[in-house]
Amino acid sequence: MSVLAVADHRRGDLRDVSYELVTAGRELAEALGEELHVAVVSGDVESFAKDLSLDGVDTVHTVDHGEEFNHDVYVQAVEALDSALEPTVVLMPNSVNGLDYAPAVASSLGLPLVSDAVALEWDDGLTATREMYASKVETTVEVDADRVAVTVRGGEWEPTEDTGSPAVEAFDLTVDESRVRSRVTGFEEVAGGDVDISDADVLVSVGRGIEEEENLELVEELADALGATLSASRPIVDNGWLPKNRQVGQSGKVVTPDVYLAVGISGAVQHVAGMKGSDTIIAINTDPNAPIFDIADYGIVGDLFDVVPALTEQFR
Amino acid sequence: MKVLVTVKEVAEAADDFEIDGLDIAPEYLEYDLNEWDEYAVEAAVQLGEDGHADEVVSVTIGPERTEETIRMALAKGVDRAIRVWDDDIGGAGLLDVETKAELLEAVVAEEDPDLVLTGVQANDDGFGATGVTLAERIGFEWAAVVNDLELEDAVAKVHRELEGGVEEHTEVDLPAVLTIQTGINEPRYASLRGIRQAQSKEIAHQTLADLGLDASTVESPIGMTAMYEPETESDATIFEGDAEETAVKLASVLREKGVGAE
Ligand SMILES: Cc1cc2nc3c(=O)[nH]c(=O)nc-3n(C[C@H](O)[C@H](O)[C@H](O)COP(=O)(O)OP(=O)(O)OC[C@H]3O[C@@H](n4cnc5c(N)ncnc54)[C@H](O)[C@@H]3O)c2cc1C
Repeated sequence: MSVLAVADHRRGDLRDVSYELVTAGRELAEALGEELHVAVVSGDVESFAKDLSLDGVDTVHTVDHGEEFNHDVYVQAVEALDSALEPTVVLMPNSVNGLDYAPAVASSLGLPLVSDAVALEWDDGLTATREMYASKVETTVEVDADRVAVTVRGGEWEPTEDTGSPAVEAFDLTVDESRVRSRVTGFEEVAGGDVDISDADVLVSVGRGIEEEENLELVEELADALGATLSASRPIVDNGWLPKNRQVGQSGKVVTPDVYLAVGISGAVQHVAGMKGSDTIIAINTDPNAPIFDIADYGIVGDLFDVVPALTEQFR
Repeated sequence: MKVLVTVKEVAEAADDFEIDGLDIAPEYLEYDLNEWDEYAVEAAVQLGEDGHADEVVSVTIGPERTEETIRMALAKGVDRAIRVWDDDIGGAGLLDVETKAELLEAVVAEEDPDLVLTGVQANDDGFGATGVTLAERIGFEWAAVVNDLELEDAVAKVHRELEGGVEEHTEVDLPAVLTIQTGINEPRYASLRGIRQAQSKEIAHQTLADLGLDASTVESPIGMTAMYEPETESDATIFEGDAEETAVKLASVLREKGVGAE
């Protein structure tokens, strides 16, 4: 019995969520009185194992197979580790790659799956906190099972930085190649172009609240008046109203300007992932419950179609 | 080739809402087709138009009310639809991922598609896991968070949208389940003609019994025990007043921070 956490890495680097998974895993392991095992699959596992030799980790299992993430390999690796260790909880990241293998692991092992957990507690069984309705509410779910699979939202647990001295064990996996039916053929950077919003000191960022493409003019005028750069949430880019290099968030750019002014943006977790490090965050939104206000320093609960022109006027 | 596209009607909460027990009170909920599924439907319809798919079928799990939303998919070019529901499903509370996948698996067994498209996630419960779970259950290959798709012989060439503006190019053997990301295409508006035609398209209602399942399918080890508004950790200064007044106050904060100074 143990807690098993599966590290996340990409193109040679461990991703931040790996260190957070260790924290979440250690907390659960302590509550359960069990060991914390960490697995790292594919890539330079030796060097990853060094990075993962962290406080509270009992054993790091390295699965040396291939360079990059392949979900068919990950599923087989976690299945095999699961049968060797029979962990009480299998913790995986709710990253894009996590979304690509964790559900298959849970289903193939017959474990209930709680995805995108923001808090976890063990007391006779697992209780997880999740958000619903676009982060407007939180819920608790209880899992009535001896063993469970969980994916953990990034940025919710403090990363573990203190080093420890776990055992590092090479895990011998025989991959059934007939079950590998997908192949990664390459990577592409898609957010290039002339503007780099991550260089800007002041960003005026526009979201779906703007409603129509022709209304973008309003925020462009504000950005001009403030000497700011224009950025956007995903729907604006999905609609083709602004190019991809203007997108702030998980799949766009991470920005840390002095001032980030969010106009008609709800503050979805994938958006916030790209701008929460801004010095001063200001939100203009009609919805007093919009999650963006939770991380804002200043806010106006109001209609952008009134507030934005009025604000522009102040700088003319 | 046959394409099955899963669609879900999702509930959105009004700006000011109240929670009643384990859900938002119904009067504060508005229903719409899940944003991610709009893109999945468009991708499926385009495969029909490109000559890749002979038939595009959509499936939903939902009460009778959802037929209105399903008709929108039919109006956009889906050939026919299946709606899975009965009193046992309705009484089951939160449907977890495995349960949904088990229901969809039974539909896949009847329809025998070559390609299944789902949205990356549903905007209400946000599990983001049904498509990949379904793939595992039905023995299909899969790819999650797909924002580009091309079919070539028995292979789907896809881009998976990773974090930080990076896309992964992947080849996926068919049959497969792909979870579709927003932005992969430009979902069309239904034409008047499409809306008219949708009226005569079939929405087949299937119960657990019709699918060869029983009430035990919807028994779940995962149960919701509470729903509440998150305690805000915010110490934001909220400016009060009309647009003019709040703009003046915000302008002075911005000036203090050196913004807008010539
Ligand atoms: C894998 C994945 C990756 C993603 N990556 C990103 C990403 O990189 N970046 C990103 O932004 N999103 C990303 N998303 C999408 C994200 O989940 C949200 O859907 C998106 O951020 C919502 O954008 P929004 O806030 O503009 O729109 P909405 O959530 O629709 O919010 C619009 C807001 O405008 C307000 N509003 C409406 N009218 C007015 C008005 N007149 N005046 C003032 N306010 C008004 C509303 O109250 C609401 O809060 C990703 C999702 C997934 C699943």
